[in-house]
Amino acid sequence: MAQEVLLNVENLVVSFDTDRGKITPVNGVSFQVKRGKTLAIVGESGCGKSVTSLSIMGLIPGANGKIEGGAIEYDGQDLLKFSGTQMRKLRGDKIAMIFQEPMTALNPVYTIGNQIMEVYKLHREMSKKEAFDHALAMLEKVKIPDPKQRMREYPHQLSGGMRQRVMIAMSLACNPDVLIADEPTTALDVTIQAQVLDLMKDLQTDLGTSVIFITHDLGVVAEVADDVVVMYAGDIIERGTVFDIFKDPKHPYTQGLLDSLPKSSDTKNEELQAIKGMVPSLFDLPQGCRFKDRCALAEEACGESSPELEKFSDTHEAACFVTSRNNAA
Amino acid sequence: MSKVLLEAQDLSKHFPIRAGILKREVGRVHAVNHVNFELFEGETLGVVGESGCGKSTLGRTLVRLYEPTTGTIHFDGKDLTQADKFDLKKMRRDIQMIFQDPYASLNPRMSVGKILEEPLALHDIGTPKERQERVQQLLDRVGLPQDAIWRYPHEFSGGQRQRIGIARAIALNPKIIICDEAVSALDVSIQAQVLNLLVELQKELGLTYIFISHDLAVVRYISDRVAVMYLGEIVEMASSEDLYATPRHPYTQALLSALPVPDPTKRGTTKILAGDVPSPSNPPPGCAFHTRCPHKTDACMQDNPALKAFTNSSQHFVACHHAETLNQDN
Repeated sequence: MAQEVLLNVENLVVSFDTDRGKITPVNGVSFQVKRGKTLAIVGESGCGKSVTSLSIMGLIPGANGKIEGGAIEYDGQDLLKFSGTQMRKLRGDKIAMIFQEPMTALNPVYTIGNQIMEVYKLHREMSKKEAFDHALAMLEKVKIPDPKQRMREYPHQLSGGMRQRVMIAMSLACNPDVLIADEPTTALDVTIQAQVLDLMKDLQTDLGTSVIFITHDLGVVAEVADDVVVMYAGDIIERGTVFDIFKDPKHPYTQGLLDSLPKSSDTKNEELQAIKGMVPSLFDLPQGCRFKDRCALAEEACGESSPELEKFSDTHEAACFVTSRNNAA
Repeated sequence: MSKVLLEAQDLSKHFPIRAGILKREVGRVHAVNHVNFELFEGETLGVVGESGCGKSTLGRTLVRLYEPTTGTIHFDGKDLTQADKFDLKKMRRDIQMIFQDPYASLNPRMSVGKILEEPLALHDIGTPKERQERVQQLLDRVGLPQDAIWRYPHEFSGGQRQRIGIARAIALNPKIIICDEAVSALDVSIQAQVLNLLVELQKELGLTYIFISHDLAVVRYISDRVAVMYLGEIVEMASSEDLYATPRHPYTQALLSALPVPDPTKRGTTKILAGDVPSPSNPPPGCAFHTRCPHKTDACMQDNPALKAFTNSSQHFVACHHAETLNQDN
């Protein structure tokens, strides 16, 4: 079944100039977002997942960050060629974003109502009255109790879960095609996380939004994703459907991540299968495969060149010399 | 059954809310409310709950970083709530803590060698040379390189910093270590390494842990018994196995069901709990959970249920008026 590709990221390279030299936190990343589907980008701190999402939004700081190459195609156009004004029109309208910590993403000195109304005034040129009605309807949609009262309140008067609902209301105000959610539930408690994930899923079905869901939590990925991209030190090392990744992980890193999670059958008499060592510094990346120093399967070839993504099935790709060879044999 | 190492009875910690120029008390945050439990030698007692449930306050009250409002804490035949300065110092040799953010709990201006030597020096243990040897031994034990002695906390990654925190905690050969969200800030691959280290140390040194965390999967893995807290109270306590297999309190049931499982075939099985946790400065009357509970009755709004043994079980405790009727089919 062919699905419409809404957003196509092609060989994206992002670099930053720092006092200690140049780093490349995103090093040639390609993926596609399908209409109405959820793509999860998973990886540990510093793997480049957030930088990737900021590039799509055109939010890489110009002072020291630079998009070195690649393309981000949306609706037949390359977003990387857009001017500042064009991007500003697109942001919040066609592509919207929610962040991990709603308290820092919301403006503390404006009321909730004001901040949601701003979206309508800016992108839909509505009058104050119209914007108010739309904003109120949006708060109802995200199931905030007592929405009329909430319109007049400030972010600090709401709980974390409620704030995240406000962020969702704001981001979906203009019914965007793509919603980028960067760790949207990481700061929330599990019971609140379940509420927010449930709400996001309902709204997605309702509005047909495509979601890029960035997280480090594999449990959440299994819950929400259709497709999954696994990143490590700036590279995509595996991608596939959510079933490919969880049922038959091919890359030793993906396998390692899944094994690191304590499972219901594990007791403390059995050691957890931890991945040894730690993520290499972006200032000092190893030659060849970036995972090789932590990999149990590493051999000489892994230090010579970096593996490319290879197909294991129509939907499933992984970048590992050893797995590819074992699979061919 | 091994012996009771520490026992908390009717332990509460309330923080006053002060307002006005006279700083008069206008209310109280009921962070920990009449908590009772026993800690057995050599076990790991997990304490789980969501933010604001009082789990961290409980940990800190146990070592008297906070002065308890009511209750007693018996350790080694002494009541810690009555202990004077000298007793406390001695007690703190035996009960150590590991914190969530190792960067905030390690002095950035002290070298790792100094950080690890400090507890030994404070308690007048050994000569400087012996202390130096002990520091080297500690580094080795937690898997840090020897040259770490001369380096500073900022030069280490999160996982390594947590190893420094662990080394400091075991420096004095304590009996109990209270781990407050000790692995929560770490990436999963590193989290597994640190959990393995904690388990190894427990076996080797015969440590007893109180493991405070919001992460249900981690708590299940490391704990022998688990206490679930909600709004300052323990609502359920049982062996790790029992609690996760047959949770009896509606809150525990909802909490376990809300935990996302890394298995896409088990999607959509979540029972979603409505509403937010009430404010601990204004806890609801009766059972603290009744505002969110799908099974509440009039009794729940009036009487706060006590923590008591669940039918025929001496090890499974639950604080719910309807625990028996709700769980008939299990």
